[in-house]
Amino acid sequence: MELCELSIAQAESLLEKGEVSSVELTQAVLERIEAVESRVRAYVTMAPQQALEQARAADKRRAQGQGGALLGIPLAIKDIICTKDMPTTCASKILENFISPYEATVIERLRREGVVILGKTNLDEFAMGSSTENSAFFPTCNPWDLERVPGGSSGGSAAAVAAGEALGALGTDTGGSVRQPASFCGIVGLKPTYGRVSRYGLVAFASSLDQIGPLTKDVADCALLMNAIAHYDSRDSTCANAPTPDYASSLVADVRGMRVGIPREYFVEGMEPQVEEAVRRAVEHLEGLGAEVDEVSLAHTEYALPTYYLIAPAEASANLARYDGIKYGLSYRESVDMWDTYRRTRQFGFGAEVKRRIMLGTYALSAGYYDAYYLKAQKVRTLIRQDFDRAFARFDVLVAPVAPTPAFKIGEKVEDPLQMYLSDIFTLSLNLAGLCGVSIPCGFAVEPERGKRLPIGMQILGPAFGEEAILRVAYAYEQTTNWHRERPKLDGGCQGRGPQPLMEGRR
Amino acid sequence: MALRISREEVAHIAELAKLGLAEEEMELFSQQLSRVLEYAEMLNRLNTEAIPPTAQVTSLYSVSRPDEARPSLTQEEVLQNAPSREDGYFKIRLVLE
Repeated sequence: MELCELSIAQAESLLEKGEVSSVELTQAVLERIEAVESRVRAYVTMAPQQALEQARAADKRRAQGQGGALLGIPLAIKDIICTKDMPTTCASKILENFISPYEATVIERLRREGVVILGKTNLDEFAMGSSTENSAFFPTCNPWDLERVPGGSSGGSAAAVAAGEALGALGTDTGGSVRQPASFCGIVGLKPTYGRVSRYGLVAFASSLDQIGPLTKDVADCALLMNAIAHYDSRDSTCANAPTPDYASSLVADVRGMRVGIPREYFVEGMEPQVEEAVRRAVEHLEGLGAEVDEVSLAHTEYALPTYYLIAPAEASANLARYDGIKYGLSYRESVDMWDTYRRTRQFGFGAEVKRRIMLGTYALSAGYYDAYYLKAQKVRTLIRQDFDRAFARFDVLVAPVAPTPAFKIGEKVEDPLQMYLSDIFTLSLNLAGLCGVSIPCGFAVEPERGKRLPIGMQILGPAFGEEAILRVAYAYEQTTNWHRERPKLDGGCQGRGPQPLMEGRR
Repeated sequence: MALRISREEVAHIAELAKLGLAEEEMELFSQQLSRVLEYAEMLNRLNTEAIPPTAQVTSLYSVSRPDEARPSLTQEEVLQNAPSREDGYFKIRLVLE
């Protein structure tokens, strides 16, 4: 097996034994990037020299007798998480040259662990989207089929991990943005409970929904990254002051007696039959392992989409008011007065989807419509939470598909915002309720035209701070199946349009 | 059928958000936003009179910390991304005549 194909745990074991150095490991991943990045285009910014410096520092720490699960491991970071040593663009023209003066708490924690940061990955502008096509720079391609999207908004992170361009990555999940790209790219992605991971230094999209989460090749790696990032942080006032369990201790391949609920509203007409079949087979598999499976109803599921697309844009419209061309970012200089600076900077700096959501959110919050739209959505949010409360009184975890279809084609849904929003119907509810969920590979769909195999993911949903339970079920399933071992072959060219990735020193 | 959001309303909302829009965007957003809001009206099928709203999902309220001095960014760090600056200030265009 090539070094770039290793999991984090496998690589760490080689580092620990001295069979490979972090510099060698990082070199191998950089070579892989060199070989495939022009087709995948996962990275907005790459920092190979800085990465090698960090690798040398990690090797030095090991030579001094230090160790650690992530020491010397090359990772990728979604370009919406602030780093001091390279730009944080949010894949937006408005932040194209922005270098954060401070670092996100999760980055500080990873640096303390001694990770190697390879670069920043592509996303839908400000994490608004489900395909990474809303990046202001270029679309990212799905490594399993370069004509298809990697999902979104953490599509760059998911594609990088699936293609061997990073051993693991961080993404963010506001309405499914870690879980859906993980499922489209055949990897593991976890959305932590709201408040479990500090949001300090995460550029805000919808503050009551956003969470940072890991994207990895397997469940064990997911637990290792969670151990590093899930900690109380006084700089995020919504962060839970709760002790961090050792998530690696949840890696027990035993689900006997665990109660698994199957929400019937997550199997709907119009979904791809191969997805439904794969998830139903996975449920039978869990039953075969000794889990107690039964159906459950989350009655308000169909209302999650309209609820989310009022609440998230409302919060976004407030959060994105800060991009005004005064303190940082793009600034329209030909303006006649300050108000004109505001209008033109935002007109030229934001892409279509961001504008659409600012408009929608401003409308939902405006005088005369607040009660009818925003307040109404907040009340339905309560009903959605209560559905989950009732379900988790009876079940330890719930199992459902991540998305109604596998990865769709680049360009297929860009003209119709509502169709794009519908690809999130199975992931939004969890964010509205603030709970945790993990997406893991559970099969492949064969697309009829060219016979390409496209990964299918299932999500295991847990109650607030139920990460240990969902990881346990995920691990038990993974240990008795082989889906997670499959890697894309990466043949053919990318059909996406746009410039080549912006390289180091792009300023 | 009349659109839920007219072009005039699009212009009004854009001004509330201080968002400049091109003519074609006004037209497009009038149609697209109307369609999304039409879809959102399915929420009216639910009677929510007695349901309290959820603004956030943590059980935390009024989180505070001791009021103690601690290090912050330097003036240079704060201004490092400023599009225009002078004498340690952000420089902006005319606000009032």
